[in-house]
Amino acid sequence: MKRSLVMLAVAFAAVAAIPRAHAQDAETEKAIEKYRAMLREDPWSNPGYLDADRGEALWTTRAGPKNASFEQCDLGKGPGKVDGAFAELPRYFADADRVMDLETRLLWCRETLQGLSAADYVKRPHPAGGQPVKEIGAIATYVASKSSGQKFAARLDRPQEQDAVALGETLFYRRSGPFDFACATCHAQSGLRIRLQGLPYLAEKKEASKVIGEWPAYRVSNTHVMTMQHRLLDCYWQMRMPELQMGSDASVALIAFLTKQAEDGEIAVPGLKR
Amino acid sequence: MRITIAILALSFAAMPAPAQKKVDPARADTAIKAAFPTAPADWASRLTGDETMQQCSASHNNPAKDVAAAIQKREQGTIVYPPDNNFMGDWQKGERLAQSGYGLRFTDYPPRQANGGNCYACHQLTKNEVSYGTLGPSLSEYGKLRDFKPEAVKAAYEKLYNSHMAFPCSTMPRFGANKILTIEQIKDAVALLMSPESPVNTGK
Repeated sequence: MKRSLVMLAVAFAAVAAIPRAHAQDAETEKAIEKYRAMLREDPWSNPGYLDADRGEALWTTRAGPKNASFEQCDLGKGPGKVDGAFAELPRYFADADRVMDLETRLLWCRETLQGLSAADYVKRPHPAGGQPVKEIGAIATYVASKSSGQKFAARLDRPQEQDAVALGETLFYRRSGPFDFACATCHAQSGLRIRLQGLPYLAEKKEASKVIGEWPAYRVSNTHVMTMQHRLLDCYWQMRMPELQMGSDASVALIAFLTKQAEDGEIAVPGLKR
Repeated sequence: MRITIAILALSFAAMPAPAQKKVDPARADTAIKAAFPTAPADWASRLTGDETMQQCSASHNNPAKDVAAAIQKREQGTIVYPPDNNFMGDWQKGERLAQSGYGLRFTDYPPRQANGGNCYACHQLTKNEVSYGTLGPSLSEYGKLRDFKPEAVKAAYEKLYNSHMAFPCSTMPRFGANKILTIEQIKDAVALLMSPESPVNTGK
């Protein structure tokens, strides 16, 4: 494990050392591919597993005014059932009377079981660059990793879920802000890129099913695990929009739409991103 | 009557699953407003696109002919021209703003530098910059390919100011109309594209 991390660091330094002005597409791609190949040889070298482990510990740790753990949290398959739960999210939860993605559900469990305020948590829900993913992000990484190797199988057929998917699709194409951007500005065509970064074609199922199941992912440029809620905030930041609130209906709707697009795609958490 | 109903029922059963149900625009507005509770009061307009953006969103950037014509006319009307009708600034400044993606993100306040145009995020321009995106067409040799004609200089200014006057529901930001760049900055970007000395055209 330690050796793999050192090798990773070396490989990454090699990537980072290529001066941007002289970088050749092919050369950069080759170096990144080498880095990915090393990870494939030893998948445990993904630093995201450290956060999955931390999340597993947090799941069973008592906390908050109610001195409770997450162990009674019902992610849709019954209290405490973690294996395969992520593969069936987002879904409608009758107890909360709303559709929830994994992170929103964890936020709800934290409040109802532990008595810790969700409103307080969402004020600063995501880590700054270089900081480890926060509590719910770590638990989300743990829970999602327990669906790795499975296929997305969220039903998304209850009326509330269909409603969320439809809203998510509308928001995907909604242009606003000073740059007139929508999600579709970057993700509605195949094979395009921003600078040298390839862009997944999320309006199409084939490409969406390849990438959506990789989140939460360790993002090398931020040196931390980034969750899907955080990733959406990051997109909206680039779109010159304000801060997307974690757990908002719009965020859940977008995740529901993307998950629908990724139907039958394989889950591979934690993923590894540039 | 009964037969009609039976036929209707049959044809209904044969239809593929209905496409996503329509979302009431007010519903989307409400969801967006609630999703960005920390938006400063003067950012309210960022949450709802203007009429052109609403038309482009609804049509997935593929507006019907009459809508497209209305958009072109409306957006043409937003263009403010330099008072002296000189459209060409300094290509070196243009190159700097083409490299910069700074500005208008919530972490960019209070402003620490001028906004960038971030042209390279989506376009190829000079030969030396190999880190360019492909969301937009290559602009390599842009002026040369247009014989450096004065009409092409003016047209470049207009497209930068508001691309929808030429391409309704273009995905490019309306740099002038949305006050991302100043008139002087747009002139610098025009020079990067259209000046015979610009590396976009010399290939150096």
